[in-house]
Amino acid sequence: MNTRARSSAPPGKAQEQRLREVWRTPSGWRYWTSVNNVDVGIWYAGAAFAFMLFAGVLALIMRAQLAVPDNDLVSADFYNQAFTLHGTVMMFLFAVPIFEAIAIFLLPPMLGARELPFPRLGAFGFWSFLLGGVFVCGSIFFNAAPSSGWFMYPPLATDEKLSGIGADIWLLGLSFIEVASIAAAVEIIVGIMKCRAPGMRINLMPLFAWYLLVVAGMILFAFPPLIAGDILFELQRMFDWPFFDPARGGDPLLWQHLFWIFGHPEVYIIFLPAIALMAMIVPTFAQRPIVGYSWIVLAAVGTGFLSFGLWVHHMFTTGLPQISLAFFSAASAAVAIPTAVQIFVFIATMLAGRVVLSIPMLFGAGSIATFVIGGLTGVMVALAPFDWQAHDTYFVVGHLHYVLIGGMLFPVVAGIYYYFPLINARHLSVRWGKIAFWLMFTGLNVAFFPMHLTGLRGMPRRVFTYPGDLGWDWLNLMSTAGAYTFAAGVLIVVADIVRPKHGDPKSALNPWNAGTLEWISEPEEMWGVRSIPIVESRYPLWDQKNLVADVNAGRFYLPDVEEGRREGMVTSVLDAKPEQVIRVPATGGITMIAAVALAAVFLTLTFKWWLAASLAGFATLATILYWLWTGTAEIPKKAERDAGLGLVLPLYTSGPASVGWWAMFITMTGNSTGFASLVFGYFFYWTIHADFTAGATGPGLTWPLISVALFVLAWGTMMLARSLNANGSVGLMRTILVTSSVLAIAAAAAALAGPWLHRMDPVAHVYPAIVWVLVGWTVVHAGLGVIMQFYCLARSVAGRLTPTHDMDLRNTCLYWHFLALMAAISGAIMGLFPEVGG
Amino acid sequence: MAAISESSGILTAVSKPLRTNQEGNRPLLHGLWSLEVDISDRSKNIVAASNRPTNSKCIYQCRCIILFLGLALWGCSGQQSALEPSGEEAASVAQLFWAMLGGGAVIWLGLMALLATAIRGKLGPIDNRAATQLVFWGGAVLPSAALVGLLGYALWLMPGLRPFANSGAPQVIIEVTGRQFWWDVIYRLPGGVQFRTANEIVLPVGQRVEFSLKSTDVIHSFWIPSLAGKVDMIPGRTNRLSLVATKEGRFRGPCAEYCGTSHALMAVEVTSLPVQEFALWTERRKQPSPGVFAPGSELFEKHGCGSCHRVEGTSAASRFGPDLSHLGSRNTLGAGILPNTPETISSFIVRPDAIKPGTHMPAFDMLPPDDIRSIAVWLKGLE
Repeated sequence: MNTRARSSAPPGKAQEQRLREVWRTPSGWRYWTSVNNVDVGIWYAGAAFAFMLFAGVLALIMRAQLAVPDNDLVSADFYNQAFTLHGTVMMFLFAVPIFEAIAIFLLPPMLGARELPFPRLGAFGFWSFLLGGVFVCGSIFFNAAPSSGWFMYPPLATDEKLSGIGADIWLLGLSFIEVASIAAAVEIIVGIMKCRAPGMRINLMPLFAWYLLVVAGMILFAFPPLIAGDILFELQRMFDWPFFDPARGGDPLLWQHLFWIFGHPEVYIIFLPAIALMAMIVPTFAQRPIVGYSWIVLAAVGTGFLSFGLWVHHMFTTGLPQISLAFFSAASAAVAIPTAVQIFVFIATMLAGRVVLSIPMLFGAGSIATFVIGGLTGVMVALAPFDWQAHDTYFVVGHLHYVLIGGMLFPVVAGIYYYFPLINARHLSVRWGKIAFWLMFTGLNVAFFPMHLTGLRGMPRRVFTYPGDLGWDWLNLMSTAGAYTFAAGVLIVVADIVRPKHGDPKSALNPWNAGTLEWISEPEEMWGVRSIPIVESRYPLWDQKNLVADVNAGRFYLPDVEEGRREGMVTSVLDAKPEQVIRVPATGGITMIAAVALAAVFLTLTFKWWLAASLAGFATLATILYWLWTGTAEIPKKAERDAGLGLVLPLYTSGPASVGWWAMFITMTGNSTGFASLVFGYFFYWTIHADFTAGATGPGLTWPLISVALFVLAWGTMMLARSLNANGSVGLMRTILVTSSVLAIAAAAAALAGPWLHRMDPVAHVYPAIVWVLVGWTVVHAGLGVIMQFYCLARSVAGRLTPTHDMDLRNTCLYWHFLALMAAISGAIMGLFPEVGG
Repeated sequence: MAAISESSGILTAVSKPLRTNQEGNRPLLHGLWSLEVDISDRSKNIVAASNRPTNSKCIYQCRCIILFLGLALWGCSGQQSALEPSGEEAASVAQLFWAMLGGGAVIWLGLMALLATAIRGKLGPIDNRAATQLVFWGGAVLPSAALVGLLGYALWLMPGLRPFANSGAPQVIIEVTGRQFWWDVIYRLPGGVQFRTANEIVLPVGQRVEFSLKSTDVIHSFWIPSLAGKVDMIPGRTNRLSLVATKEGRFRGPCAEYCGTSHALMAVEVTSLPVQEFALWTERRKQPSPGVFAPGSELFEKHGCGSCHRVEGTSAASRFGPDLSHLGSRNTLGAGILPNTPETISSFIVRPDAIKPGTHMPAFDMLPPDDIRSIAVWLKGLE
């Protein structure tokens, strides 16, 4: 391959200049309209880091309050807002987004790609995250922050008087941020699956990509249950639908299930990417490939799966039967095994190589030393009898901070020191790095180790003060001292990052002599890679001779620009065979406008300004339609593009070969998880009540089944429309498309007719309420389905959708598969159950 | 003022036999009371909060000074450590913990030695085969074996920790309902006898008792660390816990699930007594306190205290707030947060929200101070 690469025509400076011009980040205020992964990644990381510092300050205030018993530095109410925001911000605004940020920044160069497949989606995710985050954090300055704990247990958090507007801010602000997270997850999954450099088969992928694939998949299955929970929660808060009110058939425990089905995988969503960073850093500083590549991949996948089976260990004290406790104890303990495999992979790699103890490695070693403590206490609390004592005490506070700081923050800081040269070609200070490490390491242990003892001596969590004679005084004082020591270390890292570095010497292109592709380009260049290489190894920079020179001389694929467009390559999922040249959108402000419009929806809903909310909703829809119309499924001027090295690839694909189809598939998988969570709720209520309907009338058998039949018909006509279009019968296709829309509207009306005609009152009891929710879910999705159909119609009329260029239509069909399935399931459940099933 | 001296006379007369009974046997625990003289900053809060019209301001300051002294004793109500067990379950779990701690320490030290060796490169690079073997044995086999053993032990332990009596067997059942921010307690004794109290639980040593745990507002969690692990109190559900206290003693049980603003200020005082003394205690609790006939009850009724509280032997019968029938005999006030004296009772009546933010009890600072004082003394006399 390399021989062939070198034999091609020598690329000129002019070519390089053209490429640079196309990928150039705009200057002035237009800088903020950039959608390039490098810019978005850095903004994302910067914002997440800023939120982390904010939450850290809250923690310092709390530690000051708890330094001595009976302290009155802050009021009980402020303290409660502070600990709620501390947990919320650290989890939702730092731990998850920082990895999305790092992934957006690193993945394209690491995979040998120019960009992620949906740059505007990435930018949209960032702006949503930023606006939502500022909204949630800002609330504390108006004394309106959520104060019910980051877990928001009802009835405390559903009670208007006890929780105030803070709970709405939490629910709506975070739902918004979760949307951003899911958007990023879609982007990351499709990027990893479809945008790898040719030859990078799935078993040659850098471990970081493997981990991020697992994590993004987990986000897809973990966040929707929380969003479903948020929907139920807001419906109760806004309209008094009694999902968590036991007096009307609801149950506070349903929220706990939905929250922890999200909440536990969340821990691994945070932890696995940190391990991914370690998996990049350790081989570099051991100067050898990782030992047991397949072991660690299997361990990551295994952890991902197991993490969905142990949420109940957060509920060991809720009075569940002993058999479930035993099962979930075992599952929780079992997750220690893949974790141990990963730790041993690192130690074995170090033993098999020669370790250079650099600053990243120092933080890496510190991470192993402290994370293992968190892991061991994790096994302890996995055992139900011990958890009965430790649960909701400072023991758990100690445990989780060892896990999150040792297992997540230390690797992130290691990653910052390691990857900093990729940001501006400078190193962070070694001397200050050492001081920061020792301050943070000491601070962590001094602050959190005593907490295990404090907890076992009976100190519960989330207390704004404590009495002075229970043996906690000196332990708490020590924890406070440790927290401030830790903060000093963080401050040094921050100072080192922000200090001007113009005077520092420029770092080498690959300063640590790493083996992976992200080190191939100069940080000033925004193009990801100068030309897209052919990858033959897990560590191409170590194993493929002359790769850097060839890539940077433009001797591989797509060295030049065509039609002034940003281009990348799409390859097949498993073997990374070239499939298409993809053109990604360049700079544009539309994503920012869409994010602002969506933020307005959530903001106005918080204050229950219904009219403004619906206006903002329309604005969002309009913006998104405009965005799609102008930037997706574009029909290229010519069908094919010469990618270089004798490879000619199509510029347009539809169906499973296209990235858009995958994005739809993945989004709808997540969407179905949300739906499944609501169905889980339906059956949950059935299991806890002898008569779940409490004698209330159901929607009857007729209307739900009519609705299902109509949905199936609508789906069938939709499929017919697709094949008609493919056969060239465009006129007939349009007629059939409209027919399908009419059928869909009729189906939605029939779905509404059931509960409507039976006068089911959602406020009266949980049964009518959950029926209305399922109907509502179906109707809203049907509405989106109809909008998509009209969009296809419009595209067809505008000549942007043709028999050969039918991506929109095929994606809509894919959506309709999911819609038909969801409608059929919800119709069948409501109609047949419990009426027929008994 | 005559009323006060009279009622305090009753107070001492009634309390004497009880004191000898309860505390005479346990000088050690009695000592706990006199331990602490700690300066409490919380009283500043109260001063700041009591921004009231002039005529009552002076009274506030008096109250605050009294409260200041009172708060110094706050929390002196027995032990709260899971590592100093006085109950069967707590003892088993403490043992489990020490075993796990030992095992964990060995694992951690071993791993750290390995990590140090790896970093210092003392071993020299090992070959790929040996490295893979290390991952297999160290990462997969060893933890699996350790976990199977540990899990086996814990699961074997579990069924024995909280057995529940057969429906026929006579047993003391204590129904505890979590409220913001106090505990409603109902004793159901064998033979259908029942009585109500609040924020205090007394147990017979060596006998298994069963708790029936509920909540009517938000989720709380019932936890007496020295005796057993915690169980949540969830609205709409009734959870059960059974435990045996193995030693006499006084214990403190904090609410362990975040339940709102004053979650930190919600604890229950627990006393375990020998079986005979427990029987005596229940005998007394079945009757109205002799103190109800003392002056002060008419003020209690006149000012509407009965619309939330119940005092056995008077017309006050509401279940909305804590039952005060034998308030005087409790060691603490306000769910384990204040020592129980007429002064602290007065302060609580005047500005409960200053002591316990978010409490549902309204402030009674509009009442004449003398009335409050009389009510407080009367309540303290309800032994």
